[in-house]
Amino acid sequence: MRYFLNKLGFLLLTIWAALTLNFALPRLMPGNPALNMLAKFQGKMPPQALKAFELQFGFSNQPWPIQYINYLGSMLTGHFGFSYTYYPVHVSTIIAQSLPWTLGLLGISYLVSVVLGTVLGIFIAWRRGGVTDSITPIVSMTFQAIPQFWLAVVFVYFLAFSNNIFPMSHSYGNTEVPGLNWPFIRSVVYHGFLPFLVVFLTSVSGWIIGMRNNMMMTLGEDYVVFAEAKGVSPRRLIFNYAARNAILPQVTSMAIALTTIIGGQILIEQVFSYQGIGFQLTNAVTSEDYPLIQGMFLIVAVFGVVINFLVDILYGRLDPRIRRRGATS
Amino acid sequence: MMQTKKKRNSNSALRGFFRNAKAVVGFSIFSLFVIIGIFAPLLAPYDPQSTNFAPSLGPSVAHFFGTTNTGQDIFSQFIWGTQTSLIVGVGSSLISTLIGFIIGVYAGYKGGTVDGILNTIMNVFLVMPGLALLILIESYLKSSTPLINGVIIAVTGWAWGARVFRSVAMSITNRDFIVAARLSGAKTWRIMFVEILPNMTSQIASNLIYACLGAILAESSLAYLGFESISSNSWGTILFWAQNGGAMLSGSWWWFVPPGIAIALVGTSLALMNFGIDQITNPRLRIHKKRKISKKNPALEPSGGM
Repeated sequence: MRYFLNKLGFLLLTIWAALTLNFALPRLMPGNPALNMLAKFQGKMPPQALKAFELQFGFSNQPWPIQYINYLGSMLTGHFGFSYTYYPVHVSTIIAQSLPWTLGLLGISYLVSVVLGTVLGIFIAWRRGGVTDSITPIVSMTFQAIPQFWLAVVFVYFLAFSNNIFPMSHSYGNTEVPGLNWPFIRSVVYHGFLPFLVVFLTSVSGWIIGMRNNMMMTLGEDYVVFAEAKGVSPRRLIFNYAARNAILPQVTSMAIALTTIIGGQILIEQVFSYQGIGFQLTNAVTSEDYPLIQGMFLIVAVFGVVINFLVDILYGRLDPRIRRRGATS
Repeated sequence: MMQTKKKRNSNSALRGFFRNAKAVVGFSIFSLFVIIGIFAPLLAPYDPQSTNFAPSLGPSVAHFFGTTNTGQDIFSQFIWGTQTSLIVGVGSSLISTLIGFIIGVYAGYKGGTVDGILNTIMNVFLVMPGLALLILIESYLKSSTPLINGVIIAVTGWAWGARVFRSVAMSITNRDFIVAARLSGAKTWRIMFVEILPNMTSQIASNLIYACLGAILAESSLAYLGFESISSNSWGTILFWAQNGGAMLSGSWWWFVPPGIAIALVGTSLALMNFGIDQITNPRLRIHKKRKISKKNPALEPSGGM
């Protein structure tokens, strides 16, 4: 319980930090560019919306602490303000529309690469010393060093633009009606394949190597050596003895990887014009839509932090030893 | 800059590093790019910004990487971009490693409340989504330069190293030589930099390498998104102009392919060097390597199982 409360406290602390960052940044930057935004929209929006904008970005005469409390209050009640490009649409509406696309694409490509990578890692550890074992690290390093967005650009050019095998952009065709109908689902899968492939190719090798190294360390443990001496069959030794413990560090990496994968996803969505959070974020930057930028950053941060929290709790269940150690380690 | 840092390491580790084939290959590739970066003014055949050439030319002897849609020589841009990207990568990794070292080692060495607070700050930075945070900051910073971006990347990305440094510092804080130094009245900063630092050179080297890779990737991402002033020239800005200059529509694949391959090559070379460091410093990886060679363990061999 203490472990749980500690982790919950950290979760709240991080969300608070993200909110504070959103509050402080426009106020700290020299020549606050959000001010230009305000001038641009003067007269185009009702005074009420402008007032909200002023409060959010610090053009008010109130002292900072009062502004800060007002700001936290409106954020916690889900009032992220209006998007200026899509006015009068609320930022929260745009988040709600784009989040499912990001989560779907990210979730599937992430799960496939984690599961496949882990299984392949076990397999390589089993047949270590073989050809796959010596080639995989090199291939893996190269794929991890390739910038994801660049691979996406290359795929779009060679597989979508020059050869028309896959669509170049968007998450479904213009003619399909969103809903649970077969043409729509097929179109979504077809459009999502290239982005999926980019995430998969650039991340799967990390899981393979990670799992292989974990397996190597576990195979050196005394209990495995003992089981081996006892005459446990190699298959059982690998899967039932070593893999079970070697998977634990993978779980920690999963949480860490999620925060970085989300970053890569931003660029991939931008390249494919895939209408998720990342695409909206980069668009908002181009159109200087500050409320939307803040909202998108917040949702990405909260998502990462919540996942991190869930993984911590899961890890505490999987490995009881961890619960007795320090709260934030 | 990185080489001098490494030379300060103990000699045996350095020899071990250069006996590792992977590390040597990585070091050679990286050195090649460093040389290109240093001698960019001599190597670049034309002014990277000059628009004197025919637009959208394919690769040829006159223009190794062809030209852009405005008639700029891409090879010259690439050479100058190498210099910028490497300065940003190496500089940013030095800054973030220094910040990480100071905060991580101070936390690990002091322990108690100081450690509790610093460790919490570290963890907050660790779970913040890096690129989204960078984009948020950059959106207020209108067209910054690659160097400013490098500093921002370092300031937001130091926590990865700090976590490692903290745990190493914690494990050696109670060793005799640290206690002796403390009792003899040495100042904290002296203990950190003179007594503790030499004991974590491999972690520092490894962190420098990872931070460098991360910074090059992050800088190119930011430049690709158009966050750098139009006069700057890095691998990322080439990709940005390729995207915005319709490289795809004109079929100019030579425009966006070289920078990506260069980033991948530098990244691979850094990873290879890190692999070499790992082999030297991680005894467990070494043990398994020995076992792999001697093949004493028939039950664990694939032939035994299948």
